[in-house]
Amino acid sequence: MFHNIALVAALAVFCAGIIIKVSTWFRYSVGPETADLRVSRRLVAALQGIFGAFFSRKILTLISTFFLEVICQSRVLKEDSLRWLAHMCIYVGFTLLFFLHVLDNQLVVHFYPQYASTLNPFLFLREAAGALVVIGVAVAIYRRFISQSHRPMTSRMDITAMIMVGAIVVSGFLLEATKITSQSGFQSMAEEYAGQTDAQELQALESYWVENFGLVAPGLRGPFDNATLVKGKASHEMNCAQCHSSARWGFVGYALSVPIRPVASALDGAQFAFYLTWAHYLISLFFLAYLPFSKMFHIVTTPLSLMVNSVMDGGGAPANVATRQMLELDACTHCGACTLRCSVAVTFLEYPNANILPSEKIASLKKLAAGKVLDRKELRAIQQGIVLCTNCDRCGGVCPAGIKLRDLWFSARERLLQYSIEEFQLLSPLAYYRGLQRDNIQEKDYLKPLDLAFKKVAGDPNGKGPLTAGDKTILGKLSASIQANSLSNCYRCSTCTSFCPVVQNYKRPAEVLGLLPHELMHAVGLRCWDLVFSSRMLWDCLGCYQCQENCPQCVSVTDILYELKNRAISRRYDELTA
Amino acid sequence: MKTEKKKIALFRCCMTSMGLSQYETTSNAVLRELGIEFAEMKEFNCCGYPLKNLNFNAYLLSSARNLALAERAGLDLLTVCNCCYGSLKYAEHVMEEFPQTREAINASLQNEGLRFEGGVSVKHLLGVLHTDFGIDFIRKRLKKDLGGLRVAVHYGCHLLRPSKVVGFDNGTPPVKFDALVEALGAQIIPWMGKDDCCGSPVLGVNDELSMDLTEKKLRNAHQGGADCLMVVCPYCQMQFGKIQNRLIETRNFDTPVPCVGYPQLLGLCLGIDIDKLWIEGELPAVVSAHLRDIVEKPPTGPHELQVNPEMELHAR
Repeated sequence: MFHNIALVAALAVFCAGIIIKVSTWFRYSVGPETADLRVSRRLVAALQGIFGAFFSRKILTLISTFFLEVICQSRVLKEDSLRWLAHMCIYVGFTLLFFLHVLDNQLVVHFYPQYASTLNPFLFLREAAGALVVIGVAVAIYRRFISQSHRPMTSRMDITAMIMVGAIVVSGFLLEATKITSQSGFQSMAEEYAGQTDAQELQALESYWVENFGLVAPGLRGPFDNATLVKGKASHEMNCAQCHSSARWGFVGYALSVPIRPVASALDGAQFAFYLTWAHYLISLFFLAYLPFSKMFHIVTTPLSLMVNSVMDGGGAPANVATRQMLELDACTHCGACTLRCSVAVTFLEYPNANILPSEKIASLKKLAAGKVLDRKELRAIQQGIVLCTNCDRCGGVCPAGIKLRDLWFSARERLLQYSIEEFQLLSPLAYYRGLQRDNIQEKDYLKPLDLAFKKVAGDPNGKGPLTAGDKTILGKLSASIQANSLSNCYRCSTCTSFCPVVQNYKRPAEVLGLLPHELMHAVGLRCWDLVFSSRMLWDCLGCYQCQENCPQCVSVTDILYELKNRAISRRYDELTA
Repeated sequence: MKTEKKKIALFRCCMTSMGLSQYETTSNAVLRELGIEFAEMKEFNCCGYPLKNLNFNAYLLSSARNLALAERAGLDLLTVCNCCYGSLKYAEHVMEEFPQTREAINASLQNEGLRFEGGVSVKHLLGVLHTDFGIDFIRKRLKKDLGGLRVAVHYGCHLLRPSKVVGFDNGTPPVKFDALVEALGAQIIPWMGKDDCCGSPVLGVNDELSMDLTEKKLRNAHQGGADCLMVVCPYCQMQFGKIQNRLIETRNFDTPVPCVGYPQLLGLCLGIDIDKLWIEGELPAVVSAHLRDIVEKPPTGPHELQVNPEMELHAR
């Protein structure tokens, strides 16, 4: 009774979880919120997309993706064979357990009416499947915690997943081991299936089981004489063998039963098998109920992501892209392959902000998409992480879930940049990809964050803020810096300015650029920081080194400009974090 | 002619993923054809170039990590991008000249068991071709020539400057790239600003300025009578490709000049299948037709060494 109530409750939570999760794919979006993304429109677009894919040549792509990338996990294999091994073990093991063990009475009996869980080949297959899961989890733990090859961080989600999978299998094996040794189990079975036999034959049967199948019976100790065993064997074959293969075929449970033999009687007396049965059952139900909310939801979402992306191939209607991106957030398994190949992950050493690492950004994006209230500090951290990206798309290239990560970053970046939090990293070639994608950004949204960054980095024109004239420490830092230490050689000849392609681009450069290169050098000497940092020349500098190359005094003009840019930004950051 | 036997690690530029995958496929094909052994290293990260505006330390760390990785693998570094080349070279210079900075960076790299000691040589594809292998070596392997295609050679910035640090070609004007292009049977046209910036560094920051600079360069190349521009940097190629298209769309720019990467045309002359070189999709019909003609012409055999007296003068 309770058995069924628990099952129904777990299934109900599971179904509700799936519905909630799937609904978020249509309700939320990663990119900027637009009116075009109403739920009804997205549902229709999704149905059209699915229909279009199933009734066209794309079905072939779907089939091949399903076999290669979902079943065979080709993307994982390509990147890391050890991870592939771990994942294959867990996933093949779990699939086998699900069909042969969980659904035995619903599925297997239809094909094999004489089915019994203790009969071969089921006994052996179940054992092997469980063993595969254990091996897989062991390799996963090794990779994550011991081997040097795996850099990414481990979250609570990862640990929960490992514990849940481990707990199901371990409780299963322990249960099996306890049952193998259980005398009360033997007795009730014997009563049921060998009730007609006399006491002497029953003892022979029990002796046979003690000798061969690991049963622990306190009154019966070997060595048994040959006649008893022959008699026991005959009884076994008559009464038990139809449903019972040798317990040794359950090799893990049998191996575990050996060390517990000394305490087996005590465990049997305490009805240990009964409690373990419940534990195993309830843990499994908990797993089922928790699945849609845990990392294990990737069992559903990752195959979906792989297949959807195989036919959308980066394109698709905007409504479908928004839906796909929400699905992709759920498809991430936090495996860390992206972070391992990330082009800027190394800067984490300079900026300790986990949002720089692609695998860690996903969690922040989930919060952002779900409309969680985040304070400016959090938003700033996510924004820093997501703008500090060269858009090289190596992350997307190696993602085993086929997530189009670069597109995901792009959507999230454009959304964040509309929150009016100044982003100075846009004043660098990191903004190049955004410039290339200008056609995919609303014109008014494109310039807004740039204007804000220019304005803020220049300092407050009303004299507030730190960029006031006369600050000696900056000059000290400049002359000590590797880039700017040649500043004092400058004799303001303006050769730098005459070689500058940016200056040459304008009829009246001073109106557009503020201080020109030679004037900047001069102003630095005079410590006119407000003039220096408000000059557009700094941010229009190409870093082409024409000025530096042609300087008769060997002043590192370009490098000084770089240093000034660094200073302007770091002072602003200091101010914000103070 | 000296051929280096040391295997080389290919350094990938982040830019090539933005629709310039031909940069990787063609340079791979050319290197294989010339018998230059190279290794792919997945561990490399960004050279740090985009970070120079923001944080010198973050830039240096990025570059130094790559150098340390190559050092650990015992390989030299080969780039096909000017900006990667310039950034790695500059970082190498700083790490060698400033022991205190080197130790600070090494302390960070220690997290991964890496360390910069120096000794890795950072090379640009042009440097490998011109200096390590030499013009003659390449000339002997050519199966086709460009038949007098008028080429505006575009050096870009970070291949040349700061010259004391990168030291690829300190001539004024520079000649090494010209010599490599001329070896393919192209006609080098004189044009204004061959070593000026393409405009890419400020795209995304100040698009108007970026496009102004690109437009000016394209006009100069057109005035010089160029059939095409030739570049050795993905940033330059992007400006003269995608951004040129934008110029045509938004500014009625009416004197377009197609742009090709040096590996593409070198590959063509080495007899690599034209379909592998990504030439068709990129270029206007006139130029690709010319290149098709070159492909269909019978092989011309190894070229005789023809020294352009003017070039020799510059080289001295």
